[in-house]
Amino acid sequence: MDEDSGMFRVPQTMGSVLCCRCGIPMAPNAANMCVKCLRSEVDITEGLQKHVTIMYCPECECYLQPPKTWIKAQLESKELLTFCIKRLKNLNKVKLVHAEFVWTEPHSKRIKVKLRVQKEVLNGVILEQAYVVEYVVQDQMCESCSRVQANPDQWVASVQLRQHVSHRRTFFYIEQVILKHDAAARAIKIKQMDHGIDFFFSNRSHGVKFVEFIGKVSPIKSRHDKQLVSHDPKSNSYNYKYTFSVEICPICREDLICLPPRVAVKLGNLGPLVLCTKVTNSIVLLDPVTLRDTFMDAEQYWRTPFKALLSSRQLVEYIVLDVEPVSPEVNTGSSKYGLADFQVARMSDFGRNDNIFTVRAHLGHLLNPGDRALGYDLYGANSNDSELDKYTGLNIPEVVLVKKSYDQEQRRRRGKNRQWKLKTLNMEVDDTARGRVDEEKLIEEFEKFTFDVEEDKDLRSNMSLYKKKDYQPSETASMTDGEDVPRVPLEELLEELGLSDDGEGMSE
Amino acid sequence: MATRLQFENSCDIGVFSKLTNAYCLVAIGGSENFYSTFEAELADVIPVVKTSIGGTRIIGRLCAGNKNGLLLPHTTTDQELQHIRDSIPDQVVVQRIEERLSALGNCIACNDHVALTHTDLDKETEELIADVLGVEVFRQTVAGNILVGSYCAFSNRGGLVHPHTSVEDLDELSTLLQVPLVAGTVNRGSEVIAAGLTVNDWTAFCGSDTTATELSVIESVFKLREAQPSAIVDEMRKSLIDSYV
Repeated sequence: MDEDSGMFRVPQTMGSVLCCRCGIPMAPNAANMCVKCLRSEVDITEGLQKHVTIMYCPECECYLQPPKTWIKAQLESKELLTFCIKRLKNLNKVKLVHAEFVWTEPHSKRIKVKLRVQKEVLNGVILEQAYVVEYVVQDQMCESCSRVQANPDQWVASVQLRQHVSHRRTFFYIEQVILKHDAAARAIKIKQMDHGIDFFFSNRSHGVKFVEFIGKVSPIKSRHDKQLVSHDPKSNSYNYKYTFSVEICPICREDLICLPPRVAVKLGNLGPLVLCTKVTNSIVLLDPVTLRDTFMDAEQYWRTPFKALLSSRQLVEYIVLDVEPVSPEVNTGSSKYGLADFQVARMSDFGRNDNIFTVRAHLGHLLNPGDRALGYDLYGANSNDSELDKYTGLNIPEVVLVKKSYDQEQRRRRGKNRQWKLKTLNMEVDDTARGRVDEEKLIEEFEKFTFDVEEDKDLRSNMSLYKKKDYQPSETASMTDGEDVPRVPLEELLEELGLSDDGEGMSE
Repeated sequence: MATRLQFENSCDIGVFSKLTNAYCLVAIGGSENFYSTFEAELADVIPVVKTSIGGTRIIGRLCAGNKNGLLLPHTTTDQELQHIRDSIPDQVVVQRIEERLSALGNCIACNDHVALTHTDLDKETEELIADVLGVEVFRQTVAGNILVGSYCAFSNRGGLVHPHTSVEDLDELSTLLQVPLVAGTVNRGSEVIAAGLTVNDWTAFCGSDTTATELSVIESVFKLREAQPSAIVDEMRKSLIDSYV
């Protein structure tokens, strides 16, 4: 700086002083002691650990980070080095400048790490020194591994998720929501049961947390019980197994419901014939004739539970012959409806007889003459619903239209070559006699579920869709595709993490 | 010969004592050891005076002096001034000065002929130093340190300076002082020379941490091996005895 400003500077030659201990001439430093004397005087590695015992679980190849965390690390990996350094006490007293592994035979159960540390000694001299820390690897199984080893079926809490309906649509949906939020990460076993899924947890609190999660995504009723497994009166400790019985409300999306008179009155004389348009932790009910919709939360529902009159399996395909709008489009909540009068005929009747039904429905904004629609055929239905009988003089429509329908055959064909896929939970299948029959039905239902996913944006927003890696758009499919068959836009798909094979395996 | 000693477990004995060719001031300590060490070495030759300055014990850092005079900071009380005047030889001029930098021992390093001073001392102080101590005054630094009184110690025969002093600085200083100088340490590598060492023409005292190497450097540069109380002191002693008689 002085040279920059053009000042004259006397050249400085550093003299030498005698080392204060051994008397050899040396350049002066802060301690005024030669390096050899300084080394012999102070050992900066004093008080640092040179032998450490670490715990290693040979089953899952994890190292114990006290008190309870297990860290997965390969030999000679960055993670292991970090872990090893973290295990050293007093290392904050010196400055660590370098660390590396010294190679050891894996079977020797020793890990050696060479550390290079710096420390300030004797009025500001910084001394650097290298030393080797030897880690003795002791095998000890981690808690979960030892539990599995002792008894693979050992669970403390089980959550029995049930819905008493004839299809598994709800469970396909809940499975996707669970996957998206990783809610069942703590489950030690997941078992697919008749009418539901069983989740097993190693801890009661994990079960409770899971039940709470399910309560946020669907209207449920739950109760819990515990069973005494063992009891130690001397230490006053009890060992229980907890069971949570969770029942999901049997009303599903697109169900037709005949509301009980009391409920209808409570909801402001809604219906009584209503469609369920959405199920979250509450149920959204829509009167297709008046376009009024209402929320019912789980508590309200379970106070006066009711069942569906007809459910989506009983949907019948119609063809729209004529549309006559009654009112302009209305937005209710997040969805759009248009009230219109339709003339429809059953597809099965088409060309055989002249049965034409006139019906008022909420799909005026979607359906045009010539389109196909799915609806409930109340004309041909033989219902024995007790709620319906309570209404005298109720004018029951012949048809209740529910949604637009697309060419099933074409979609099915395209379904084979879909550009997205869903992950699945790693579930054990119930191995009872009926298991085999279920299999085909399950595939069929899952196919229908994927159609729903393609059609409903709301539904998609709660799940993660992944790109198929091997997807190749076929020319013929795109040529023959109907112009307005719903499909999932590419930007909604997630890239799958390609690191581990088990994610891939699960989705297969 | 150089003597190693401690003041109440502290090796910074230069802080608690002031040694010149004509008198020695020591701090009032808890035990007599410190005083008696000086007394044993010097009693036959020069007076050893126990005193405080401004009520403190760090007298070595507060005052500056040689055989001609003694400069005391403005914090010195009248009693202390009187006590010192009474105890040291009459030829020595004792002067209290109004200098803002009151740690005179840190700011002034002198022998009987030359003084190095802090660069920021007042002009009046500089004149007083020249008059009272009878020396030539040079405003100087030692190895970039302005506290020249702390980082060097010299007698009429030699001097020890801060270990980081460059060869050029060493040449310049020894030209000014007209004594041989050497860069070195005391108290096992401490660079605060004047805190660990107090020296006159024939003897030196240093902190008990001082190693044999350091001690040999000190003895050789201050030429203590062949040293005897000089003729000047002999003469002064004669007059002292005269005055007693």
